[in-house]
Amino acid sequence: MKARVFVTLKTGVLDPQGKAIHHALEGLGFSGVNDVRAGKLIELDLADGTTSSDIEDMCRKLLANTVIENFRIERLEDA
Amino acid sequence: MKSAVIVFPGSNCDRDVAVALEQVTGRKPNMVWHKESDLPADTDFIALPGGFSYGDYLRSGAMAARSPIMRAVKEAAGRGVPLIGICNGFQVLTEAGLLPGALMRNAALSFVCRPVSLRVENSQSLFTAQYDSGETVVFPVAHHDGNYQADEATLDRLEGQGRVAFRYLDEVNGSARRIAGILNDAGNVLGLMPHPERVVEPAHGGTDGRRLFEGLLETVS
Repeated sequence: MKARVFVTLKTGVLDPQGKAIHHALEGLGFSGVNDVRAGKLIELDLADGTTSSDIEDMCRKLLANTVIENFRIERLEDA
Repeated sequence: MKSAVIVFPGSNCDRDVAVALEQVTGRKPNMVWHKESDLPADTDFIALPGGFSYGDYLRSGAMAARSPIMRAVKEAAGRGVPLIGICNGFQVLTEAGLLPGALMRNAALSFVCRPVSLRVENSQSLFTAQYDSGETVVFPVAHHDGNYQADEATLDRLEGQGRVAFRYLDEVNGSARRIAGILNDAGNVLGLMPHPERVVEPAHGGTDGRRLFEGLLETVS
């Protein structure tokens, strides 16, 4: 089975990279962008039977730093 | 003093710390590879050096914080063994949960590499006992991810308990309350972004960092 983990900065945490991307978009003439937040997508190829709580454990222990980041897990069964 | 310098793949200030420690203590530190599971017996001081462990993959310090040796480092810190994390070492300490908060990308996005002035906020710790409270010292910084952030309650607690050890005099990287270095609750763990090991002899252009290691030597031995 496969799973995707989306790691994003918590609301209120300053995102300098998102800001830089925002400025670059404006520089290219895209004027309608209100805000940009950059995050990470991590794709996992997992042994069958890996539980959601196993994946959550991976997120808490390594994939996300829960001091500043949130994570969201998307399971792609039999994908 | 029997010190240990932990070496991660991508550490690049491990030898700088080793030279500083040898100069001040007269004894070569043990260089301990991250794959080891134990520290040399009777280790009474541990340094996590600067650098770019694991190429800063995932987050700065994230991989190093989960290395096999970190279990022994945490255990030693729990017993009260003094532990310093400099630059990438500070990032490793926050990622390992030994210090609160996180070090994020510099607010201006640029790598900062220059000497900076710091105020010694707490001169009572075992790392700063040779400094005067409120004294200004100059240590170099060289980092991309030195922007210290924590929630307001944590910042208030750090300030209230005298756990802010060093503070930037001027804006450097966007750090909350210009925090440059913090102590753990017990006072035996210090994390800081500036490099005291790079200012220990006159040829370095300054010697302000030397007293940090001298102070440790006095407390530990």
